[in-house]
Amino acid sequence: MSAAVHMTDPGPDGRFGDFGGRFIPESLVPACLEVEQAFRSAWADPVFRGRLDDLLRDYAGRPTPVTEAKRLSEELGVRILLKREDLTHTGSHKINNVLGQGLLTLQMGKTRMLAETGAGQHGVASATAAALFGLECVVYMGEVDTERQELNVFRMRLLGAEVRPVRSGSRTLKDAVNEALRDWVATVEHTHYCIGSVMGPHPFPWMVRELQSVVGHEAREQCRALLGGADPDLVLACVGGGSNAAGTFAGFVETGADLVGVEAAGGAAMDRGIPGILHGMRSYLLQDEWGQILEAESISAGLDYPGIGPEHSYLGDSGRARYAQASDDEVLDALQLLARTEGIIPALEPAHALAWLVGATRRGEVEAGSTVLMTLSGRGDKDAETVMGLLK
Amino acid sequence: MKGVEVEAHLRQVRAEGRKILVTYVTGGLGPGWVDALEAMVAAGADLVEIGIPYSDPVMDGPTIQEASARALAEGANPASILDAVARVPVAVPLVAMTYYNVVFRSGHQRFASLLAQAGVRGAIVPDLPLEESGEWEAEAEAAGVAPVLLAAPVTPDDRLAEICRRSRGFVYGVNLMGVTGERATVSGAAAVLARRLKAATDRPVVMGFGISGPDQAVAAAAESDGVVVASALMRMLLDGGGPDAVGAAVADIRRALDSA
Repeated sequence: MSAAVHMTDPGPDGRFGDFGGRFIPESLVPACLEVEQAFRSAWADPVFRGRLDDLLRDYAGRPTPVTEAKRLSEELGVRILLKREDLTHTGSHKINNVLGQGLLTLQMGKTRMLAETGAGQHGVASATAAALFGLECVVYMGEVDTERQELNVFRMRLLGAEVRPVRSGSRTLKDAVNEALRDWVATVEHTHYCIGSVMGPHPFPWMVRELQSVVGHEAREQCRALLGGADPDLVLACVGGGSNAAGTFAGFVETGADLVGVEAAGGAAMDRGIPGILHGMRSYLLQDEWGQILEAESISAGLDYPGIGPEHSYLGDSGRARYAQASDDEVLDALQLLARTEGIIPALEPAHALAWLVGATRRGEVEAGSTVLMTLSGRGDKDAETVMGLLK
Repeated sequence: MKGVEVEAHLRQVRAEGRKILVTYVTGGLGPGWVDALEAMVAAGADLVEIGIPYSDPVMDGPTIQEASARALAEGANPASILDAVARVPVAVPLVAMTYYNVVFRSGHQRFASLLAQAGVRGAIVPDLPLEESGEWEAEAEAAGVAPVLLAAPVTPDDRLAEICRRSRGFVYGVNLMGVTGERATVSGAAAVLARRLKAATDRPVVMGFGISGPDQAVAAAAESDGVVVASALMRMLLDGGGPDAVGAAVADIRRALDSA
């Protein structure tokens, strides 16, 4: 492990080592520069930060608690602390990002917000923020995902957003991003594209990590209070694009904790990916020998993405974080385990992180008695029907 | 070296007092795409863009998306497309149009030499802006392939000047804020951008995006050196029109440009 790896400002070219950058059509360059400039000044502005902190507290319900999972800990032989993003308004960490980008949209004088969504959590969060700030909101969602997340589609519409099913390509998250980018090219004058994860062209991977870093910073203080001033041995989060993991890791990258991100086995860009360019960024991607992007496959719509945020590619290559995988079957078992031992039904996405932990403790890869901070990025209500179908 | 050099040819067309007509064909689209390419040239195209399809073409509208997806489903890849191109003797320059991951995955040098060996003497990579394109430009030029850069209506003056300075072959002006595809009219932004580009460079300036037929071609060429017609031709191929129909459409546009 290198002690020199930090999660810092990637600078004007948006590079995390070899990864990141800004690979976008000329038509979008001025907009990305505008977002970068607006975010840089907002992030350094105590007034903006104060407004965001107020919203995070009074509207989103922060700080979220850290729950000691006692019965689960007994079961696995390690001490497990859960960072409860499932308890936020709208039920996942996605709210942290959209409140920040929503405020920024207002600051830039734009009236319309675009979002892509996979599982629907970012779509619901965006629709929520748009309603709160009085912005028009259009959410692109792969047709496959609109079917498996029907309830979230209804929630978005109830919140006043327009949901546009995407019928191109694999009809999942990747194609929803494509369609949102196509919309943005045509509407950039009055529209902000609120990207939902630590992906896309600079400044999005950095900006979204900063907006999600509240998760890690809170968790570190909460862990220290619980652990008598110590940091956990292991910090764990699921990774699709990787925003909850990036926000969590940002709080612990300077500590001695091992950082582990868990991808869906069917969408494991860090495991089976090759460096390439998609959606404005250079990162590890599932692709063929000619650079055609391959389809990811997972029961979790939120992790069904053939890439990963560029900073994760950097953290993985540098050795500061490692990335593991969990299969659909392991995830279903883990979800039930958490439900039965702690009375918490997690979303399928964070159930991946737990699934890895269950396997790793059983294989002896995590030392007995270790302390583990795991971000529980979202609650399982949205997945109840999917899980019901799979367990029948 | 194989193929027709881009900029010299386009300058010659311009010197003869004609507007430059650029057409496009998606490589690997059905059995007839090479015939369509030849029909375009026979009908008076001055340059043909060969689309090398990519799975995630974010600058393309429904027509080119459909053409790309179909070509990929039929097994097209850069090698198969360029092999076919290399066997066609054409008297006009050929320029590849693709996305950066296709270039990056093959490697800058390898991709440039694949193009050069097939006689494709230019490349348009619409998702590769100035800040990221330096390495590719150098490798392409070293291989005799002109890196064609794009300018958009929102491009500020300083960037516009830099794009004109670094682009080779011609400068590609994007007519509108949006993706490729047929439109009913040419946007007002097109003429403004064309005038700005013409004021900034002596290199040929060609305007593209949303040009479907003769009237729009004439309108978009008024302030520039020429136009690109793509989606409207691919729509014909997708809907079962053969090379003859495509050739006739190109001939109509040629006539309109020549008599304007």
